[in-house]
Amino acid sequence: MADHTTNGNFGSPSLRLKTGLAEMLKGGVIMDVMNVEQARIAEEAGAISVMALERVPAMIRAEGGVARMANPKLIKQIIAAVSIPVMAKARIGHFAEAQVLQTLGVDFIDESEVLTPADESFHIDKHAFTTPFVCGARNLGEALRRIAEGAAMIRTKGEPGTGDVVHAVQHMRQIVREIKALTVLDDAELYNAAKVHGAPYELIRMVAKAGKLPVPNFSAGGIATPADAALMMQLGAESIFVGSGIFMKERATPLDVENDPKERAEAVSRAKAIVIATTHFNDPKIVAEASEAVTGTMKGLAAAAIEESELMQTRGW
Amino acid sequence: MTIGVLALQGAFEAHVKALDSLGIAAKLVRTPPELADLDGLVMPGGESTTMLKFLEKNGFFDVLQSFVRHTPTFGTCAGCILLAKDVKNPTQKSLAALDITVERNAYGRQIDSTILTAPTNLPGNPLEMVFIRAPRITRTGPGVEVLANRDGFPVLVHEGHLLAATFHPELGADLRVHQLFLDIVQAHRPS
Repeated sequence: MADHTTNGNFGSPSLRLKTGLAEMLKGGVIMDVMNVEQARIAEEAGAISVMALERVPAMIRAEGGVARMANPKLIKQIIAAVSIPVMAKARIGHFAEAQVLQTLGVDFIDESEVLTPADESFHIDKHAFTTPFVCGARNLGEALRRIAEGAAMIRTKGEPGTGDVVHAVQHMRQIVREIKALTVLDDAELYNAAKVHGAPYELIRMVAKAGKLPVPNFSAGGIATPADAALMMQLGAESIFVGSGIFMKERATPLDVENDPKERAEAVSRAKAIVIATTHFNDPKIVAEASEAVTGTMKGLAAAAIEESELMQTRGW
Repeated sequence: MTIGVLALQGAFEAHVKALDSLGIAAKLVRTPPELADLDGLVMPGGESTTMLKFLEKNGFFDVLQSFVRHTPTFGTCAGCILLAKDVKNPTQKSLAALDITVERNAYGRQIDSTILTAPTNLPGNPLEMVFIRAPRITRTGPGVEVLANRDGFPVLVHEGHLLAATFHPELGADLRVHQLFLDIVQAHRPS
């Protein structure tokens, strides 16, 4: 008998629990937070989860240096402050950071290109963990390689820290297009498709049959407005990650949500509006109302203006 | 019969598929007018705090509260929390329709999520139950029938036209809990 989740009969009990949590997170917004106050604002605004990190992508981009897993003390404070699931990022390939995050009781680990990669050849063996993982992808092959390694959720990468949605759109369209193309191939052609995408044949066949990824597919990277969220949901995203779009003002300066009531209100207005637009993505009237309630927006950085070597999305193999 | 699935956020799609396997084409409910003409409603798992934010707007909460008082409703996980009379850890607002007390995230975090198979009061074999960051029912009122337990705490409860589970029948292949809900809806329809 068929299973009713996205994952079909895919995987072990452990993988079913992992993708099960991803199912619970559908149709919502996961917000990057750098302190307890931001986490509280996110929960208050209706976020389904928060991503605890030391610096949001816009700051990492501006300040440079090595970006690593957040301090466990910060993660523990955020876990204690909110009732919703807490995610945190580990560097690509840095399984020891991931072990620390699992020990802290983080609900989802993001093996993320936003941080400085720790391994230039290998991603983390995610099957070795009880905690589920989310990984970024720009195309179907990359998504399926991560799923083969045990990822329970995929997020399209976009270009983090820019407030420019163009690459999130490009990657979502690419994955959806490549999935559609698989569904019309016959068995003989599927073997070649596995080679072309650099992905395991079994996963290619599963996607061809189901017409979708075997795990939930969320969208991230450059989403900064309610309409951006509605756009990505209509293009096929099942939830939205928002990084620098809520708590940042000019370039790399966070809103002062702890001491400035006006800036706090601005962050709340943006967070609430994106939550509303994600649920009601198919109702332009509600998206319009939500957009109207927003005060201020992240200034942003056009993704096209970024040097190839400075892109975060090209990290991961 | 017409069944709606609350689709503010969460595992609504998995419920739609489970109902589809039972021959029911469910309708997604995101606004108060969409509750009209339904014979039953499923409230899925997800984040109850997020769902409450939407309910607090445009009078949705009041409309839903009067709906669940009279119309068969099935809540799983977050949906069970919304239906409960009392919610703890932390204390939060709820529809207060089902006479139970629920403690949120009572079994721990995601690493404590688990799949159990145990005998229940449903006909047939033991039931597979998927628990994800599950709440715990710590009190049931006199009118509440307990259909399944975990370590002595109820996990599937029934009171009149209401059904609630702290686990996720929509994440498995066993359709008995959804079928039970459809039987409740059928029995409740005016003949």
